[in-house]
Amino acid sequence: MPFPKISYWPAGVGNDLSGVAIMIGVLDLQGDVVEHLDHLERLGVAARRVKDPSHLHNLTGLIIPGGESTCLARLLRIFGVDAAILEAYERGVKIWGTCAGAILLATQIVGEKPYLGLIDMEVERNSFGSQLDSFVATASIPRVSSEPVPLTFIRAPKIRSVGPGVEILLQMNDYIAAAETAGILATVFHPELTNNLAFHRYFSRKCGLAPGKSQPLSDPTWTPTSWTRQIRISTG
Amino acid sequence: MDTKRYELNVQLAQMLKGGVIMDVTNVEQAKIAEDAGAVAVMALERVPADIRAQGGVARMSDPTMIAEIKRAVSVPVMAKARIGHFVEAQVLEAMNIDYIDESEVLTPADEECHIDKTKFAIPFVCGARNLGEALRRIAEGAAMIRTKGEAGTGNVVEAVRHMRTMNREIRQLLSMPLEEVTGYAKVNGIPYEQALKVRELGRLPVVNFAAGGIATPADAALMMQLGCDGVFVGSGIFKSADPARRARAIVKATAYFRDPLKILEASMDLGEAMPGLEISAIPENQLLAGRGW
Repeated sequence: MPFPKISYWPAGVGNDLSGVAIMIGVLDLQGDVVEHLDHLERLGVAARRVKDPSHLHNLTGLIIPGGESTCLARLLRIFGVDAAILEAYERGVKIWGTCAGAILLATQIVGEKPYLGLIDMEVERNSFGSQLDSFVATASIPRVSSEPVPLTFIRAPKIRSVGPGVEILLQMNDYIAAAETAGILATVFHPELTNNLAFHRYFSRKCGLAPGKSQPLSDPTWTPTSWTRQIRISTG
Repeated sequence: MDTKRYELNVQLAQMLKGGVIMDVTNVEQAKIAEDAGAVAVMALERVPADIRAQGGVARMSDPTMIAEIKRAVSVPVMAKARIGHFVEAQVLEAMNIDYIDESEVLTPADEECHIDKTKFAIPFVCGARNLGEALRRIAEGAAMIRTKGEAGTGNVVEAVRHMRTMNREIRQLLSMPLEEVTGYAKVNGIPYEQALKVRELGRLPVVNFAAGGIATPADAALMMQLGCDGVFVGSGIFKSADPARRARAIVKATAYFRDPLKILEASMDLGEAMPGLEISAIPENQLLAGRGW
């Protein structure tokens, strides 16, 4: 499926590929990993799967995808990926958590102990109910996109409150759906499950990459089955 | 079901990718499964190995038990309805669980029709032995597919057969000229539009898990390397000597399925696996995979 491919590099670095490629990692332990990889590819951002602490080397950003937060939390501990993520954060690596990823980043979780605790906010897991309560919505988020952004909530958590120093990006009726600090972005919805690239572009900029202004906010070639491009049945 | 609802249902399955869904029969087991890192639990009264041993008619589980499990865990809760038993499915939908498995492990209620899953808002996962069966279920509205394998045997051979069959048939569809697709679809019972979709995508359009006979970390990694998106473990965990340990090990091996050293590590000191059954030793009329069509 053809779509525009443009490579973005940090301002000033140019297209010099001889050095270390600057890229964004997607935590690949469980969940919707390929959906994020697909969006980054559409933006022309170099991306890498992160399964081991060594895979965090030389990243400028890390996405913790959706999935089951209890499962992700367990797998993070087993091989010390959690400690490596905390270390990477200290080095200045920006981190974005979507849905389960946002739960793992919070400093407080209703009814349980926090995991990475990198953004001062309280989240409530699976806060809307069962799968029958999953839904889509649209919202205006001026800092991220000049056009309204489609939002997909799947058994989503809610951000109940944020501490000082945390900026609210999107306030819904009785909860917060997106928040950020200088180093962390947290969204309880899934931009990777829509045709909209605004959040991935926003995060890439946060990581010091410089996507051009000409890049469209949404990719008309995206469809709900686009994730399958990343995991076709091997014919080799 | 409108298109958007169906998309959301397929997307919930996408969230489960790379994970392990575990059969549990009570709150205690559900908590063990969740703590071990299960991405979802399947609430049922008897695991397939017991259904197989005890015989009789296997029906939808007691809703009281399913409700208790739903209250006890935060991961998605699935439950089984009999093939074609659309009222059991209505009851499960009314309970607000997260996913229904229209399952051959229970005694079929209808020998002609599967449930019309497009009438429901709740998502369904269905078993399949080959590409045609998978695509017929998707045409009926299934949002997720799993291999049937042979449940309750602790023998992975049938799950491997079903996954290899699907992969082979997908490769055949990909490599043939368009004019051959009509005949191929007819012979293999594949809805034509679905055949074209598979040719476009190079795989099933929904998430496909392995199920039926997975008992060890290596079994789980085997199914993942064959191209499954995740695994169901039924009797394999709570019929083993140390369920919590085995559950954790299978979660680990599923996440790191391409890494033999980590699978090795996961396979150490697990205690006895569930007893296994040779498929040829099971009388033909007691094989579960043949249920459904």
